Amino acid sequence: MQILIILLQIVILLAIVLLHVAYTTYFERKVIGHMQVRLGPMTVGWHGLLQPIADGIKSFFKEDIIPEQADKPLFLLAPVICLVTMLASLAVLPFAKGWVLADINIGLLFIFAMSSLASYGIILAGWASNSKYTFLGGMRSMAQVISYEIPMGMSLIGVMMLSGSLNLTEIVNSQGGSLFSIYLFPQIIGFFVFFVAMLAETNRVPFDLPEAETELVSGYITEYSGMRYAMFFMAEYIGMMVMASIGTVCFLGGWNGPFPIPFFPPFWFILKVYGFLFLFIWIRATLPRYRYDQLMELGWKLLIPLALLNIFLTGLFKAFF
Amino acid sequence: MLNQFAFLYCASVIIGTALLAVRFKNPVYSVLSVLVLFFHMGGLYLLLNAEFIAAVQVIVYAGAILVLYLFVLFLVSLKDEIKIDRFVNNRRLATAASVGFGICLLYIIPSFKLGAKGDFTVERITNLTHTKAMGFELYSTFLLPFEVAGLILLIAVIGGLVLARKEDEVQK
Repeated sequence: MQILIILLQIVILLAIVLLHVAYTTYFERKVIGHMQVRLGPMTVGWHGLLQPIADGIKSFFKEDIIPEQADKPLFLLAPVICLVTMLASLAVLPFAKGWVLADINIGLLFIFAMSSLASYGIILAGWASNSKYTFLGGMRSMAQVISYEIPMGMSLIGVMMLSGSLNLTEIVNSQGGSLFSIYLFPQIIGFFVFFVAMLAETNRVPFDLPEAETELVSGYITEYSGMRYAMFFMAEYIGMMVMASIGTVCFLGGWNGPFPIPFFPPFWFILKVYGFLFLFIWIRATLPRYRYDQLMELGWKLLIPLALLNIFLTGLFKAFF
Repeated sequence: MLNQFAFLYCASVIIGTALLAVRFKNPVYSVLSVLVLFFHMGGLYLLLNAEFIAAVQVIVYAGAILVLYLFVLFLVSLKDEIKIDRFVNNRRLATAASVGFGICLLYIIPSFKLGAKGDFTVERITNLTHTKAMGFELYSTFLLPFEVAGLILLIAVIGGLVLARKEDEVQK
């Protein structure tokens, strides 16, 4: 019985998250459209509201092409690795008090572990497709993900030090309910490093070098089509949501808001995640792409020292106050 | 019962993937089977209530070190460079040697003894959470070895920097 309830919860969570993925793409196209003085999708449904459904159906029925020279098992496996690791990290996110599938002690580390495994999907996709564009995209992504995982992890160490826990629920609880007790203010350097590393980890503009359209066609997903392409797509958007949730949990006080909402406790959490997603899209509409050496320089020479400084300052703060 | 089953599963997958890592012709596949191996090592640590080590195992070994291995593998031309002669180029001799070695290993097993129990019982670790227990021990009892390990890593970092610098100057 217990197992059935958990399975039902997983199914509901997946359905909601996948629906969110579909409508994040719609939201993205609409927002970017309006920012560039266009209308965005308009024809399918009222103001294009059914566009993501149509896209989903289309990609579902498209032919699944496997290149002749590709390494077949790895080519088929790569999108699955990407999607499964991203979905697995959803399990530890606390959406509201008690609204979490697996309330484990090492929640934050689990998410790091999953996101580092997700990079295998990208690397293998790049290698297994046996094409120059995908390979270059995969190599870029590999270097990028390795470089930015370090500042990402380090920027959250300050949060771990303040809350004294790796459990995401406890991190939220230790921030208290008021606006001024959230970790955004004491950890402002950490938040800055986290935010930049978050953009790089999810391969978003201005760090979308692995899939730079103008240079690499679509980077590591060039050879994919139909449902497998959609799986990479979903993995990327779920990755964005997971990172936004981590930002919400670790810096913005999670599900706590100005006043509790009856019947729907995760309201504030979801609102904050939407805020992050809007920032992602806003940045995409605004900023140009970084050059590769600039990306590496920013990661290693600015973000990592800043994150170390943040750990040092937090340690001093903890020792003297 | 469930724990034993999980242990047997992890152990057999570890042995299987270790064998596959040696057997695969394509080194990329070898690295991937080692990835599965590391993942199940993490599972074994979880069975021992060492959740922190399990997570670090996956993050550091699977997420960082193996990716670097793949990086190197992709940069070399696999077809030209991976042509190594067999260590023992005689099937019978090789079989005899490995069977003999296997018998030796089996012979050693009975002399395995469990160490003395320490202060940390399972209940104490679950109360304290494993991360905290490890942190306390690492920064109090084992402070010196920890610092020595840090120093060794620092030397490795400086060594890497020195090597990279030299090459740069030669190019100029």
